[in-house]
Amino acid sequence: MKITSRLTSTHIVYLVVLLTIIAGTILVAAAGRSFFSAGNISSILTGTSVLGFIAIGQTLVILVGSLDLSVPYVVSLSSLLAAGIMANQPANILPGVLLALAVAAVIGLINGLVVSGLKVHGFIATLGTGLIISGYLATNYKGSSGQAPLSFRLVGATGLGPVPISTLIMLACAAVVLLVLDRTRLGHSMYAVGGDINVARMSGIRTSTPIIAAHIICSVLAGMAGLLLAARLGVGSPTIGSQGGYDLLSIAAVVLGGTLLAGGKGSLVGTLGGVLIFAMIDNIMSVLQINPFLKDVVRGIVIVAAVAVYAGRRVVNRTARFDDTPQETVSTRQEVGA
Amino acid sequence: MSTLAPDRKAELRRDRSPRKDRLLRGMRTPGGAVFLLLLVLLAAVIFVNPSFGEPGSLIRFIGRTAPIAIAAIGQYFVIVSGEFDLSMGSVVTAQVIIAGNLIGQDDAKVLPVLLLMLVFGALIGLINGLVTTLLKIPSFIVTLGMMLALLGLVLYWTGGAATGNPADSFRQIGRGGIENIPVLEILPYPVLILLAIAAGAFWLMRRPYGRTLVAVGDNARAAALTGARVWWIRTRAFILSSLAATVAGIILVGYAGVHPSVGRGYEFTAITAVVLGGVVLGGGRGWVLSAAAGAFALEMLFALLNFAGVASTWRDTVQGIIIVAAVAAGARTWERRRRGASSATHDKQTPIAQPPAVGANEGGK
Repeated sequence: MKITSRLTSTHIVYLVVLLTIIAGTILVAAAGRSFFSAGNISSILTGTSVLGFIAIGQTLVILVGSLDLSVPYVVSLSSLLAAGIMANQPANILPGVLLALAVAAVIGLINGLVVSGLKVHGFIATLGTGLIISGYLATNYKGSSGQAPLSFRLVGATGLGPVPISTLIMLACAAVVLLVLDRTRLGHSMYAVGGDINVARMSGIRTSTPIIAAHIICSVLAGMAGLLLAARLGVGSPTIGSQGGYDLLSIAAVVLGGTLLAGGKGSLVGTLGGVLIFAMIDNIMSVLQINPFLKDVVRGIVIVAAVAVYAGRRVVNRTARFDDTPQETVSTRQEVGA
Repeated sequence: MSTLAPDRKAELRRDRSPRKDRLLRGMRTPGGAVFLLLLVLLAAVIFVNPSFGEPGSLIRFIGRTAPIAIAAIGQYFVIVSGEFDLSMGSVVTAQVIIAGNLIGQDDAKVLPVLLLMLVFGALIGLINGLVTTLLKIPSFIVTLGMMLALLGLVLYWTGGAATGNPADSFRQIGRGGIENIPVLEILPYPVLILLAIAAGAFWLMRRPYGRTLVAVGDNARAAALTGARVWWIRTRAFILSSLAATVAGIILVGYAGVHPSVGRGYEFTAITAVVLGGVVLGGGRGWVLSAAAGAFALEMLFALLNFAGVASTWRDTVQGIIIVAAVAAGARTWERRRRGASSATHDKQTPIAQPPAVGANEGGK
């Protein structure tokens, strides 16, 4: 009884991860392969990195009570800008990366300003900016363009043992964001604004700062994902983001990780678990050589089923800053009532 | 309790401001402003291309826009109840492919398959609604899962390449019309279907179901406490949405033929149209016919860009700017209405009730 009430959604996500690992081990072994071979682990982790970057940012945006549907277009734009500037010259790597991330940050700033300043729902604001970028991409790029130099392409190809460099960079970003969320004033105000923007304002929080910051971080991380894709493909592509369906998949990963879609409650660690579940299921399905159309069916069912497991259950708020055990809260509430 | 006494009814009527005032006030809300936007866009299109203003080409434009307007009306029910339906595009695609594969060139199959499609659409909506309401999963996730699963299943069934060309009598629903009409030349069937659905939706939203639906969207808990069966009300909204997508699919078979890309992105276009019509995401506010008007405004905008010679690749950009601008303007208006001008909802000249006499109970009744 006590254990079940202590189980937060993050715990359940990792129970689902464990379940997926067990299922994967059995299924992959039945196909005569090993789930834990270095090659397979590496390919699973590679699968986590692109979606991971985007889902980390999406977690912040959803936590503040917004949404970001513009990420696929930011991914495409950043891959094109970086590959275009690099033009196969190793000396241009740094300017290319910086420009791509700067443009992504500006897009995030615009998203944040529209959401917090003009009071447009995040769904519409980012759908709008996404469409704006999409029109720009369709007009100015007819196909893949640019060329990433070899040294930049190595980022997407090398790894420490079975762990790809790209996954390590993604985890480092996750660690930084986690630190911001748990230890800084900005992180705490993100939870507060997402929980109830009016209460946050009346508590003396500048409500626009966390919203704008979340959108900027989200877009920059989407830009990183675009850079990673440019490193993997060697070129920039105007359709790479929308083909991946990263907008909806990243939102699904965040919700799978136990974050409330309405904002204010959730955890980044849970999101990483959600991304891992997606990557493992994709891996299992490609090892088993399942029909690509059936893959989407499985994905759709898994998303709904996984969220169903902990629907209506307690969602982790944030690290407790005061030692408020549930009993105390109940007693204080009764006193107030009396 | 539920029925008002005759004198209370008369009192309600007296306290309403005149029809003209209410109309003006309605025009100031986002839901009313979309009709003005539509008129401005229509004027602009006719200015750029005068032949568009002829009744014949106008009615054809309405016919072309009918499927997206019908989808917007369906999406409205779900959005006003506080949910999302992202599976709409997949339902359209699925229905188009079902029609292509099952009807073939056999006229006798048209009616049974039509019925099957409607039942299938209702079933999808029922699943969406029940999973959302009973398992308490966010509808965004449920319908996203449905969107992936349904499209995957249909493409798996057809092997990725949809084939089949349904009988001409079926395609006539989307293509044909009543011919030899004096002014209009032709009255396309889609226009008639749209009119019927719009009238039905208008009627439904004035019924107790419609009122409760808006109440559920505004505050589901309060609605539940007043005795509304929230789960069943929302589930019916999902069924209506899927049925609307089915009808849109039936019309699109006639227009666009059978192809797996028909219906792609329909969910976002429908949501955009609904929001452009001043319906608030999150539920509880907005008018159903404004949602349809939003669809027309969106298509009118595309027509304007087309006639103005803007490259089709810039269409997305302009669409994005317009959506954000329109919704930002809408957010402003609601805010102002709620803060300052809310007193204007009652005309100050006519008091709501006679002030109670000294010593009488409150209200005096």
